[in-house]
Amino acid sequence: MKIFATYNIKGGVGKTSTAVNLGYLAARDGFRVLLWDLDPQGAASFLFRIKPKVKGGGKAIISGARAIDAAIKGTDYDNLDLLPADFTYRNLDLLLDSAKRPERKLARLIDPLKAEYDLVFLDCPPSISLLSESVLHAADVLLVPLIPTTLSVRTLDQLAEFVAGFNGHRPEVLAFFSMIDRRKRLHLQVSAELPESRAGFATTAIPALSLIEQMSVRRAPITAFAPRSIGARRYADLWREARQRAGL
Amino acid sequence: MRNGSCEFVLDDAAAGPDELVAAALEPGSDVSWADGGPVRTCRRAWLDTFDWRLYRAGLTLEQVSGRGFADLTLTGRDGEVLATERIGAGASGVRWPSLLSGLPSGPLRELLEPVVGVRALAPVARATSRIDERRALNAEAKTVARLAVDRMSVTFPARAVVPPRLSLAPVRGYQGQADRLGHALAHVLGISSGSGSALDAALAAAGRRPADRGGKGAEVQLTPAMPAPVAMVAILDALVDTIEDNVTGAVRDIDTEFLHDLRVAVRRTRSALKLAGHCLPVGLARRFRPEFRWLGDLTTPTRDLDVYLLSLPGMIAGLVAASEADLVPLRDYLARSRAAAHRDLARGLRSARFARLIREWRTELAAVRPSRKDQTVARLADGRITAANRNVLRTGRLITAASPPADLHELRKRCKELRYMLELFGSLHDPARRWQAVRELKALQDCLGEFQDAQIEREEIGVFAERMLAERSATAATLLAMGEIAAGLARRQRHARSVFDLRFADFAGPASQARLAALARTAAA
Ligand SMILES: Nc1ncnc2c1ncn2[C@@H]1O[C@H](COP(=O)(O)OP(=O)(O)O)[C@@H](O)[C@H]1O
Ligand SMILES: [Mg+2]
Repeated sequence: MKIFATYNIKGGVGKTSTAVNLGYLAARDGFRVLLWDLDPQGAASFLFRIKPKVKGGGKAIISGARAIDAAIKGTDYDNLDLLPADFTYRNLDLLLDSAKRPERKLARLIDPLKAEYDLVFLDCPPSISLLSESVLHAADVLLVPLIPTTLSVRTLDQLAEFVAGFNGHRPEVLAFFSMIDRRKRLHLQVSAELPESRAGFATTAIPALSLIEQMSVRRAPITAFAPRSIGARRYADLWREARQRAGL
Repeated sequence: MRNGSCEFVLDDAAAGPDELVAAALEPGSDVSWADGGPVRTCRRAWLDTFDWRLYRAGLTLEQVSGRGFADLTLTGRDGEVLATERIGAGASGVRWPSLLSGLPSGPLRELLEPVVGVRALAPVARATSRIDERRALNAEAKTVARLAVDRMSVTFPARAVVPPRLSLAPVRGYQGQADRLGHALAHVLGISSGSGSALDAALAAAGRRPADRGGKGAEVQLTPAMPAPVAMVAILDALVDTIEDNVTGAVRDIDTEFLHDLRVAVRRTRSALKLAGHCLPVGLARRFRPEFRWLGDLTTPTRDLDVYLLSLPGMIAGLVAASEADLVPLRDYLARSRAAAHRDLARGLRSARFARLIREWRTELAAVRPSRKDQTVARLADGRITAANRNVLRTGRLITAASPPADLHELRKRCKELRYMLELFGSLHDPARRWQAVRELKALQDCLGEFQDAQIEREEIGVFAERMLAERSATAATLLAMGEIAAGLARRQRHARSVFDLRFADFAGPASQARLAALARTAAA
């Protein structure tokens, strides 16, 4: 089983859009996929029309396999299931804190799912927390959307440094530009320079497109409702790179 | 049925399902139906052995082919998927009938191996399904269940149209809503709760029942008061059915069991004629016994080589000094000899002589009429079982440590005759008591069988060696490996001989004899 996580400490950069579309594309490729909506805001759950509610809340989920199994919902798409968000996930940090070796807790929770799923996508909330640290330790590939500004570059460097400090399992970092706006000079400048100076940067960039924004109205992945659109094609390119990075 | 899904059948094959399923939604319900995408068409074939081993074991093996692919799926009794394997379609796929060795190795084949054994898998039904999906949506327009409307037309074993079958499968996590919907569907007029698998439905539409043939000579139901000739005709009719059922498979060489089952039916026929032929019209048994003997002999060379080839892997596994590679020339030689023997067999089974034998035998059996002075089958059975048992005892008691192997072979034949009598008249006996009564007999037969088979195989391997030398197809290494196999066979034979006295004493002992004697008292009961 491989674990992908969309990760950025900032909100509104395209994490959820990426998790939802790559999850869909992976399922369409025949992988059995579980998407775990870890964000109490429940954006991914909303996009799949699934109620952001888990029986027993975060506490039950942290307690293990039985609650996770009971909470999983099928999406409208073959091979793609969702573990919904819950309002109580905002306390996940406190719950993790009381666990043994909290930074490994998420990996331990996901492990029993490998009988049923080939891939897990973790859609993270925007924050630095025990939860995000646990995600970094669990993931095989971090998908890091960046909006091309100088600030975002700093974020990436910090993340790379942090992950490099892990001993043992280290996730691959696949950073890519998200919401690129061709009309903004800074975007063009940064997006032209950065990939050359940072190893492992994705060649695919996701442009800012109103059809991608439309996902929250249609409540479906753009790769499902407009598979031939430019946006969908870029996500497919990104998925190809992510697959390669994961060795799939 | 899978994952808590429910199955329905439309009572009217022509009915459009849409109006019917719409009726399942209560007014004001927040559930609605939506289209589930384009109609899919797939070709389906269900596979089983000639004697329905999978079906009898509660398993279903289905091949679904679409454009450019074929999936083989094995399901259990409640429809749960046990294994599935993608095989190529068309020329790169599996050509049925096929032995398991023709399937890709993997979990599916491993699950099939203990059930299917040496038998071939062949289609028992074929159909084309047009599957039209509807989705049940909740208030959020989220799919909570999928309804598949399966319009199936059967193309084999006969052309037929199956009434549309509906299956409602919940999406994971929405079982409650799906259950309510399923419950409502069951109450719509024109929709009935379905039972039975797609295979059952396909066979029923084609006018066939599963497992309706291929058993080892379906046991004939006798009643004690039946006149003996009537019972004999019923028994012999069933045996000739079995012979005929297995001819095609034996000629086409689909698997080795066809010939084996055919041979068993011939041997049973011969024993019945030998031991109970006197209750048939005068001269009938005498006239047909030589013909059935011919038929039996016709099948022997191929079967002997089959047995050798089937036991070869076991012999190879037991090699200590030689290696498998050394025996490749032997296997090639056996395969060539077997191919030649099978050509003769096929010619014989397609000959006018065989056709005439079966035709005339059936005519004669049909002409048998009971008369008032006939004994009952119960009396016949009692007498024949008693006599056959006496023959075993008499032959066996003469065997000493000094007896030649031929004497043990003779005893093996007597044992087989007794066993056949017990089987032919088996429906007169309580199954549990019969099973207990044959336990010692079976153990004795196993011992004698092991003794004789090992001896014959050892003699044969000597003959093979000479022939292979003559045709220069054996190297020294091959001959040495064959020598090792011969030594192993000799060991087996010696061991069988060493336990014989014990086995025979058990059989001839008071407990076993009392049980057999009880079976031979049906007329009195
Ligand atoms: N490439 C894009 N072009 C236009 N809008 C986008 C794009 N990616 C995401 N959005 C929109 O931006 C908002 C935030 O995106 P989201 O994927 O939820 O980010 P995050 O998960 O990082 O908060 C959403 O309304 C989404 O529809
Ligand atoms: Mg998000």
